[in-house]
Amino acid sequence: MPQMDDKRTEGSVASRRPLGQLVGIVGCLVSSLVLASCRQGVLDPRGPVGKAERVMLFDATAIMLAVIIPVIILTLVFAWWFRAGNRRAIYRPNWEYSGRIELIVWSIPALVIVFLGGMAWIASHELDPPRPLQSSTLPVEIEVVALDWRWLFIYPQEHIATVNHLMVPTGVPIHFRLTSTSVMNSFFIPQLGSQIYTMPGMTTQLYLQADQAGTYTGFSAQFSGPGFADMQFTVVADSREKFQDWLAEVHEQGGALDSSKFAELVRPSRAAEELTYGSVPQDPFAAVADGRLVTRWSPEEAL
Amino acid sequence: MFGRLSWSAIPFDQPIVMGTCATVGFVLFAILVVTTVKGWWPYLWREWITSVDHKRIGVMYMILGLVMLVRGFSDAIMMRAQQALAAGHAQGYLPPEHYDQIFSAHGTIMIFFVAMPFVVGLMNFAVPLQLGVRDVAFPKLNSVSFWITAAGVLLVNLSLFLGEFACTGWLAYPPLSELAYSPGVGVDYYLWSLQLSGLGTLLSGINLTTTILKLRAPGMGYRRMPVFCWTALASNLLIVAAFPVLTATFAMLLLDRYCGFHFFTNDLGGNPMMYINLIWIWGHPEVYILAIPVFGVFSEVVATFSGKPLFGYRSMVLATMAICVLSFVVWLHHFFTMGAGANVNAFFGVATMLIAIPTGVKVFNWLFTLYGGRVQYTVPIYWTIGFMVTFVIGGMTGVLQAIPPADFVLHNSLFLVAHFHNVVIGAVVFGVMAGMTYWFPKAFGFRLNEPLGKAVFWCWFVGFYLAFMPLYALGLMGATRRMQHYPNTHWQPLMLVALAGAVVILAGIALTVTQIVVSIRQRHANRDRTGDPWNARTLEWSMPSPPPAWNFAQLPNVQSTDAFWQMKEEGRLGRALSSAFVDLHLPRNSPVGIFLAFFAVILGFALIWRIYWLAGVGLLGAVAVALLEFWKTDLEMRIPAQDVAAFERAQATPALPAPNHDPETVHQIADDRESVRVASGGRA
Repeated sequence: MPQMDDKRTEGSVASRRPLGQLVGIVGCLVSSLVLASCRQGVLDPRGPVGKAERVMLFDATAIMLAVIIPVIILTLVFAWWFRAGNRRAIYRPNWEYSGRIELIVWSIPALVIVFLGGMAWIASHELDPPRPLQSSTLPVEIEVVALDWRWLFIYPQEHIATVNHLMVPTGVPIHFRLTSTSVMNSFFIPQLGSQIYTMPGMTTQLYLQADQAGTYTGFSAQFSGPGFADMQFTVVADSREKFQDWLAEVHEQGGALDSSKFAELVRPSRAAEELTYGSVPQDPFAAVADGRLVTRWSPEEAL
Repeated sequence: MFGRLSWSAIPFDQPIVMGTCATVGFVLFAILVVTTVKGWWPYLWREWITSVDHKRIGVMYMILGLVMLVRGFSDAIMMRAQQALAAGHAQGYLPPEHYDQIFSAHGTIMIFFVAMPFVVGLMNFAVPLQLGVRDVAFPKLNSVSFWITAAGVLLVNLSLFLGEFACTGWLAYPPLSELAYSPGVGVDYYLWSLQLSGLGTLLSGINLTTTILKLRAPGMGYRRMPVFCWTALASNLLIVAAFPVLTATFAMLLLDRYCGFHFFTNDLGGNPMMYINLIWIWGHPEVYILAIPVFGVFSEVVATFSGKPLFGYRSMVLATMAICVLSFVVWLHHFFTMGAGANVNAFFGVATMLIAIPTGVKVFNWLFTLYGGRVQYTVPIYWTIGFMVTFVIGGMTGVLQAIPPADFVLHNSLFLVAHFHNVVIGAVVFGVMAGMTYWFPKAFGFRLNEPLGKAVFWCWFVGFYLAFMPLYALGLMGATRRMQHYPNTHWQPLMLVALAGAVVILAGIALTVTQIVVSIRQRHANRDRTGDPWNARTLEWSMPSPPPAWNFAQLPNVQSTDAFWQMKEEGRLGRALSSAFVDLHLPRNSPVGIFLAFFAVILGFALIWRIYWLAGVGLLGAVAVALLEFWKTDLEMRIPAQDVAAFERAQATPALPAPNHDPETVHQIADDRESVRVASGGRA
């Protein structure tokens, strides 16, 4: 008798093993996905905008999962229990209407959407990109010009400019005003939060803030031609003192962003180098944003 | 003389393109040779190419979709391979100018030349049968619609071997798509091929809308229309409303590019934002043009294989029409990041979420259709359950991105890419596969191989999760779409998993082809002799498989939503006596579709390469073909009542013994059966 029992246990273990393995593999995959997505991306924010947006992501997902997980489970359970071979399941061949169930199936999504819709309405206003952030300090002004395929950052208060390198002080709101010399791009630093389009002949605005010192990645999130993949920039956030030091350093290094330098910059280039300019005699931002300065590509330049 | 066309248009220096070119050329040549040697041309010309039968045209749409699925998928797997390789300093194997064409072509082809033909094909095939009518409202126009779409397909494929395709993404946003930044012929290929296929779709939409509104079997009021017909109505209304916007938008971009207009340019008063609004006023309804009919397919499948009527028919219809209307007020959610302002963003965000209500109701109704059923695990029900599980995840990530501040960090990321593949594969592809398996025996008279069908399902199902769940994670990690290479090497492992998923889907597509070949070889074993292989509920199953050209010898009298089910319940299956048959008039075959398409290809090709004299030839040819057609008077052929009767009588004996029987006996059996049926149904 004990032998038989053993066999039975063995058999059942063997039959469960593939399922167990599958669950293990899926579990590993899911957990590694979750872990992986927590590094550097939008789930690892370093500023108030990004943090508020992460809260939105988590809250909305949790609310919806509360409906969706039961629906998935019910689908599988109903499909399995009411399989044709299961004689224990009731068969109601003419059942096609139930006022009570109809009421419930309209109410559940409606209530969820009323709730989420309210959240979305409030958050759209609170996190509107051009809305100034609450802060005791005045924002740092930065003008952003999307070039082909580089980023020009002008600090109008400090009269300096950089290419593909953005230095910001921590704990201070940054007011970006953005435009583009040719095609559309989208200015995005995932760890700081919201992205915004840069469009030729137009100005968009965005407030962001970095709370922690660190080096972050920024890039264009709107496809803009052959050099798009190289349109990356470095964001360095550091204390206000370090920021002042950096400004002074850039001033000292010299180099003026005059009209001839700017004419060079607007030419299509895939060189991902970082540049600094110690002075900006004529701020080109207004000319670009007004649409007075628009560049074209010749086919040779573009490729 | 030849405009911009020269020998340099052929990319001799690109081995991948030339290799594809040689393979496709060889396959086409082989097909032509075999067709000619076997003498199939007259048959093809008579029965398919010039056919105006909605069933044949539906099948041709499906074949077109399958062929283009292979093309679109080749692009997909090349992209996945590129991104699996091009991490850190690596550049992969595709330079940007090639990679950019591939992702633009992939999106364009998958939406316009795979999903659209599939969905239009299913509607074309099934809607008139379900309505209990003999054809669509305008059969010849139907043939023209198909062939004009095929002309678009030909042009888009030509771009592979002659010139280039657009490097702009599948919606060709200006200013990037303007002459200043895309001076080549790529965008012109894009615009002209889509203008042609868009025209085909619009004509088809008018045709099916008219059919559903004006041609229904006696007794079939709107409240007795099968749900698939309702979804087809919603979808075609959207086509009629949205496609003219697409045509007008492209026309404006064409004027910019060809005639120096400034609708969307950066200078002289042009405004690219206008294009982005207009294209999405078409683009968002387009999503529902594809999704709503497959919701109808799932509704039919889940009811049939649960052995009970669809739960909440009225809710389903209401939900369908609600989605149809709401789909027009949500377009701005595709560009919350343009900076339109908090009120505008919030309005469109909430409007978008509202669509989740009717969609959620649909999911619950399918769920309660399963409840209390006897679910038969056929291939279509596999797809349906796979869809229900997958689609709610896609719906959730969709609503997530409808919250403007959440979209600010997810917009254009791989999370977005994962989301729309989640709904397009999870709903449209799964639904088309379910519909194809479901209606295949009706179209051809034999069922598709079942085990292979299940294998196809598992490949797509597992492949989808492997390919796109990593993309969700990558999007959250900050990976944006359309990158030919990326610096962050942490992304590479997930990119490799996604590539593995694409390979599994590739196996699914290969198995689909195998399944079709195997099923054709086994057709005698899987023959459907009853016309109703699934014990289904709607009128298309009340006729023999495949149905005769005239569908219904006598129009059915409809008394409930599941009209055929009720007939079976009441034993009203008897076919009428031969004396009751009348002569039928069917539209004659017409080559006008393929002739128009021929000249349309010439016109499009000539305009792309700016060979204006040839464009004149194409335009004049098309006008001449159309005019000649207008002057034709002998448009119908008569099918004598006794021929109809003979066919119906032959079909009335499903289990007919071997054909070497004495014809006298056969008739005897047939007559006996007929009299039995008529007698039993005599009450009705």
